[in-house]
Amino acid sequence: MLLKNVYDVVVIGSGPGGLAAAVAAKKEGAEDVLIIERDVELGGILLQCIHNGFGVEIFKEDLPGPSYAQRFIKDVFSLGVEILLDTMVLDITPQRKIYASNKRLGFVEIEARSIVLAMGCREKTRAQIRIPGTRPAGVFTAGTAQRWVNVEGYMPGKQVVILGSGDIGMIMARRLTFEGVKVERVLEVMPYLTGLTRNYVQCLLDFDIPLQLRHTVKRILGNDRVEAVEAVQVDEKWNPVPGSEEIIPCDTLLLSVGLIPENELSRKAGVKLDPVTGGPFVDDNFQTSVPGIFAAGNVVHVYDLVDWVTEAAFQAGKCAAKHAIIIRRKESNYVPLIAGDNVRYIVPQMLDKRNLEEHEIRLQMRVAQPIEQPVWVEVHDKENLVARKGERYVRPGEMVTVNLKQKNFTDVEKAENLTISIIPR
Amino acid sequence: MEETKKMICISCPQGCSLDVKVDGSIILKVDGASCKQGADYAEHEITDPRRMIASTVRVKNGFHPLVPVYTKMPIPKNMIIDVLTELRKVELTAPVELGTIVIKNVFGTGIDVITSRDMPTQ
Repeated sequence: MLLKNVYDVVVIGSGPGGLAAAVAAKKEGAEDVLIIERDVELGGILLQCIHNGFGVEIFKEDLPGPSYAQRFIKDVFSLGVEILLDTMVLDITPQRKIYASNKRLGFVEIEARSIVLAMGCREKTRAQIRIPGTRPAGVFTAGTAQRWVNVEGYMPGKQVVILGSGDIGMIMARRLTFEGVKVERVLEVMPYLTGLTRNYVQCLLDFDIPLQLRHTVKRILGNDRVEAVEAVQVDEKWNPVPGSEEIIPCDTLLLSVGLIPENELSRKAGVKLDPVTGGPFVDDNFQTSVPGIFAAGNVVHVYDLVDWVTEAAFQAGKCAAKHAIIIRRKESNYVPLIAGDNVRYIVPQMLDKRNLEEHEIRLQMRVAQPIEQPVWVEVHDKENLVARKGERYVRPGEMVTVNLKQKNFTDVEKAENLTISIIPR
Repeated sequence: MEETKKMICISCPQGCSLDVKVDGSIILKVDGASCKQGADYAEHEITDPRRMIASTVRVKNGFHPLVPVYTKMPIPKNMIIDVLTELRKVELTAPVELGTIVIKNVFGTGIDVITSRDMPTQ
């Protein structure tokens, strides 16, 4: 694939948000749509969510995550969306320039008429919830364990405690049980379940995995590897209840304690973030505070259903395409002005040809060399002479002007660019 | 003997709390469902509880070492562990297409276990 310099729509990320945005943008009439993905394949986190429960709203079918992703991947290919895999976006500017790098192309610079941010979110880690204790191996986020078990074929441990009753945590409790792991306990600091009730039923109740609400991990024990965690009950003010401590032997602690929208790039692009959601402020078209930069999916706020991410991203992609088409139309009305023989520069550097239907346009320039004899100031569209004006002489110190008139519109309209030259008569 | 069983419908993400009045295995009344799937779920849950299951099988020469699989329909709950054990014996060879049957008519249930994505070669 030959990378273009300018795209109508560039989508950052290829999870459910990015895929749907790209599909919608293309269907709305965007000419060139590019997805930039840092992983080596399209699909994002859906690829590791092998359980069913996806697509009930969008497809009226109950699909596993990889199948849901594959439907959109198929559309992306059949619609001719361009794809850059294994590519990290390093920076985005408010002028919609994207800087990225990969092994094959090195450093690349791409301009976009619209951008859709679809970077999703990432999991909170041990550092963000500040669990005291030693720092042994065996403390992972539930999503990391999910990727190992479902995609890469590694087991995180044999005896597991899960902190947090988020959906990924409960789903991993069942998944690990399927693979012969003993899941000792799910601890939840809140007085209620933080994931879906149906996951409590089919992931925990079905396999007799105990859930303790208002409980957390007070301390991690173990030197090289986790040997146990100390669980403790908390009261209404989140203080540990003395005497409720319990040592639970285990070799692994999984964390399912919340997700944070991933917005480092949004920040660099000057996008205003909402301190509550951690994601961009968006309008009802999912446009951020920077014109032409849109955002959709978990990068905006964390959804409970992938179907709703898809829905939001359809809207974002569609509006991104509309924005790009308006800009492209504006760009195609512009005619660059090129300094030809003996012209040093011209102001304006380009003109909007539609304006010539309404009024004449004055071009201002300076010459490179004096010519002390009568000259022509000529405006050409390649070989075709569009306009010309005589001067008795030209000197660098004295500005030269030539006017394009309304009657020149038909000539200018056809021109890709105009060259202005000053030549002896 | 009449009794009321409490259960949570898992048919959709809403997870309605159901009160199911039963006499033995005969359902008399289902309260709390916000759609008609609730009654079907309760019926199944009392007479023949079933679950969808998803796991992985090994794949030779694949882009990844595993390909995800799932049961096309919910299977009886008491067969889950047996199906998983059976899946551990399977090894496919890449390329594999989405929807490839991994185990046909697993344990005579009439239900196939199929792959949930394409798995290209390395």
